[in-house]
Amino acid sequence: MTSGRARAPGPVTEAGTADWEHFAHGADIGVRGRGASPAQAFEQAGIALTAVVTQPANVRQATTVAIRCRAPDLELLLYEWLNSLVFHMATQHLLFSGFSVRLAGGELEAEARGERVDVERHAPAVEVKGATLTELAVRQDDDGRWCAQCVLDV
Amino acid sequence: MHREGDYRWVIEPTGAMRVPAVLYADEQLLDDMDDKVRWQLCNVASLPGIVGAAYAMPDAHWGYGFPIGGVAAFDADAGGVVSAGGVGFDISCGVRTLVSKCTREDVIGVQERLAHELARTIPAGVGSTGRLRLSDPEMDAMLEGGARWAVAQGFGSADDLAHIEEQGCIAGADPRALSQRARERQREEMGTLGSGNHYLEVQWVAEVFDRAAAAAYALEPGCVVVSIHCGSRGLGHQVGTDYLRDMAIAAPSHGLHLPDRELACAPIRSGLGQRYLGAMRAAMNCALANRQILTHLCRESFRRILPGFDGSLLYDVSHNICKEELHDVGGRKRRLHVHRKGATRAFGPGHEAVPEAMREHGQPVLIGGSMGTASYVLAGAASAEGLSWSSACHGAGRSMSRHQATRQWHGRKVVDELAARGILIRSPSLRGVAEEAPGAYKSVDRVVDVAGKAGLARKVARLEPLICVKG
Repeated sequence: MTSGRARAPGPVTEAGTADWEHFAHGADIGVRGRGASPAQAFEQAGIALTAVVTQPANVRQATTVAIRCRAPDLELLLYEWLNSLVFHMATQHLLFSGFSVRLAGGELEAEARGERVDVERHAPAVEVKGATLTELAVRQDDDGRWCAQCVLDV
Repeated sequence: MHREGDYRWVIEPTGAMRVPAVLYADEQLLDDMDDKVRWQLCNVASLPGIVGAAYAMPDAHWGYGFPIGGVAAFDADAGGVVSAGGVGFDISCGVRTLVSKCTREDVIGVQERLAHELARTIPAGVGSTGRLRLSDPEMDAMLEGGARWAVAQGFGSADDLAHIEEQGCIAGADPRALSQRARERQREEMGTLGSGNHYLEVQWVAEVFDRAAAAAYALEPGCVVVSIHCGSRGLGHQVGTDYLRDMAIAAPSHGLHLPDRELACAPIRSGLGQRYLGAMRAAMNCALANRQILTHLCRESFRRILPGFDGSLLYDVSHNICKEELHDVGGRKRRLHVHRKGATRAFGPGHEAVPEAMREHGQPVLIGGSMGTASYVLAGAASAEGLSWSSACHGAGRSMSRHQATRQWHGRKVVDELAARGILIRSPSLRGVAEEAPGAYKSVDRVVDVAGKAGLARKVARLEPLICVKG
């Protein structure tokens, strides 16, 4: 499950140094974010999502979208978070490169910063249809850092 | 797992499995299949109400809950389930093929101009939008009417409808079962191709294997055809997203203990199961309407360059669906909900759902290749009813991840190499082209050979590409 890694360098976020990667899935692609907290891991997973489409470093933070979602557990909250980003990307033709995520009581509040797709500059590779439940996990690894991951359908 | 004949492999039920898992493959395709295919197929075989067996087609690969290339049928009377994961995110993704009397030479004479015109006219790729903007009542009409709605709006002709599954309109669609998000995602996406492995390809009939069937399908050697591969766009993706979540959350309340959350499903006879079926059928109609609009745009483009282009519809068939069908189970007809995830319905000769003019040869089964490789038209075989609920493969199937592909190929080089072979690629994304490089897929020739030898479908014709418009 770990072949095909495309590790950051992505942009450095409020959360600190970029820490995300992609992992291989037969037909599609997995995203994995890491951080000191679940919220930071969610932010990094957001950057990994953008990196499926384009280089996050090329996405300016010109506009901000507020996102709120709820779910019965952290894993489904990650599913909701990434799918909310997919929804805004699809309906407003946006790409995001900066995220501020707050998690409390099964609820997520976030700001996603980015800009409209510019086909020339961003050269988008593929649209993301949705985040799936496959390989969906939010866990604390042995080193104490949090990991948030799932496979995207592209 | 034991072997039954040359191309059928059976895993007998163990543990929670209620029925066997059956794979159709030769030794090489079986070796190439990810171990997850077998694991996922055994999980499917453990779902309530499954009938017969869980089947994997020769192009099967690791999917979401169900393997891609998976077929499973459930009986509502036996507590059967419907699974959002078993249909997938791209609801009613499928292929339609248009036939013409134009020859390969006609197209080669105008190939650059035609490629440019198609790329200019067909909205493709990330951020592309269609010309239509539907109000809520118009969207409801589209979701209930499918391709019939599109024809009534002036896209294509009524003659097309007889050559589409269910005559272009899936009954039982329930637009009220869609979320607001699903509607919003479709607002600007009617008549768009999408990206990834979706394409519009101009092809020519390079080889005919079954002359009588080819004649009935109007596939003449050397003639040009057009194949369109796409689905229900953002609306279908959002229906999949919404119901996968709802089914995963509700599973314990339905007494479903899933070995893999992605198998998320609900009893057919539950409120959630019925809402999903209504939403999924609406998304199927969205896909049929979308392909109908793209057909119209394609014909317009062709006629600006080749005024004599006819482009009548050979057939339109989906490969990500759940459909209620009558099947023969132990000599008795039973109504089953057949999930085909990356598998194509393949009704055999004489089936009443096949258009009359081609009925004696069986239903056309349209198999998409990968960019730059052959595609195939097959015909449903009578034997497939007992082997796979009348189902066959759907394409080549990936053999390599997107990352591996981008490490191995550069988009520009792929485009140049294919151009040197006489195949023009038009795509807004060179990285997308690299991810879809022909070498990243299994051999479609082997997949259809095995499908034929296993008795799932008969080969009718091989199509070779001339122009490929990709998202």
